[in-house]
Amino acid sequence: MATLETAEALIKDFEILRDSERLDLLLEFSEALPELPKRYADHPELLERVEECQSPIFLFVEIDEEGLTRLFFSAPPESPTTRGFASLLFSVIDGLPVKEALEFDQDFPFKLSLSTAVSLLRLRGMLGILSRIKRQLREKSEL
Amino acid sequence: MPIDIDNSSKFAEYADPRALVSTEWLAKNLGVGSLVVLESDEDVLLYQTGHIPTARKIDWHTDLNDKETRDYIDGQGFADVMSRLGIKREDTIVLYGDKSNWWAAYALWVFKLFGHEDVRLLDGGRDKWISEGRELTKDVPSVASTSYPVIERDDSKLRAFRDDVFTHFGKPMIDVRSPEEYAGERLTAPGYADEGATRAGHIPTAASVPWSKACNEDQSFKDRAGLEDVYLKGASLEGHSDVIAYCRIGERSSHTWFVLKYLLGIEKVRNYDGSWSEWGSLVKAPITLGTEPGPVPVLA
Repeated sequence: MATLETAEALIKDFEILRDSERLDLLLEFSEALPELPKRYADHPELLERVEECQSPIFLFVEIDEEGLTRLFFSAPPESPTTRGFASLLFSVIDGLPVKEALEFDQDFPFKLSLSTAVSLLRLRGMLGILSRIKRQLREKSEL
Repeated sequence: MPIDIDNSSKFAEYADPRALVSTEWLAKNLGVGSLVVLESDEDVLLYQTGHIPTARKIDWHTDLNDKETRDYIDGQGFADVMSRLGIKREDTIVLYGDKSNWWAAYALWVFKLFGHEDVRLLDGGRDKWISEGRELTKDVPSVASTSYPVIERDDSKLRAFRDDVFTHFGKPMIDVRSPEEYAGERLTAPGYADEGATRAGHIPTAASVPWSKACNEDQSFKDRAGLEDVYLKGASLEGHSDVIAYCRIGERSSHTWFVLKYLLGIEKVRNYDGSWSEWGSLVKAPITLGTEPGPVPVLA
């Protein structure tokens, strides 16, 4: 389960690396992005497209019976950077109580020391994913 | 030593038959001493997931753009990137990439600003190579660094700035964005991030020719007759020798710039890389809405 400490730890993990190693780590996250469960894989219309991303990525947010945030993503393997962004957010937000997820640091994408390795322009895509996660959560939790 | 050109009959019809190579040609020539294959992608990680054997990676944003100013790197910066990639001034470079070669064409355009002589595009790019089941590898070649000369960038012939656009009215311009962006119905290509223009529409008089009109289904370029239909007839460029192309940040228009310059041989073609992200935010710059190019504006 993600905790807010996880985000801090991740920021530190990236901070100590060189740019080429940051890309390697992002690629590891990209490869670790969980597959869509069958109930969404069979119903792509349920997923929301993230328009801010240069590559196609779709997401769906659930609140489970314990009131925890559950994230689901679909992005093709030929978009590894976008998959990496989704996977990073999954690792820090999936499993958070709704209130904590809604309060999650909106500046997180820019704290990962990726601005030179990936470029600010591309990082905006991660911000788009984060904003849409929170919007879906707000709609579904009525907080 | 320049490497032989791909003398396929399709390429022989283009104004410059040296500008393209086919996937077959590349497969045969991989490993030739003075050939350098470079991958230039939109996605900064794609190369790492698998690339054409021997290919090296160049990134349009982190390698070719200046770190502070909205501009390209200077002569020293370019020499540093080339040296790090083990490229010599006389090497033959073949560029390819994702997204129908947008970013490969963009890199090629920057290489030409520095006057690198022999730079070619892989027709159909990364997707065509993969769809034909050709080999990919994750091996990153180890290259010995070279000493590439410091050549000052020459923006005068291939690059247009906003002031050039103001003095260009009356001569043809091509807007290569989507029809919705051209008409002013939206600020970005469907599915793309907003890169900051405050107004929507197009530069008055510019003809709308989305970049994809230059491509076949497999993302290779149309043959010469097909391209003439689109640009010389369709966009009335017949008989014109001075054209400016633009898009949103200059990447899709590099693709069209390549077509007009090398495949159709139009004498002076400039890429306006400021493109809509500059023009659409420029105070008092004239804008036309809707599907028609609109008249030459009266400038104050």
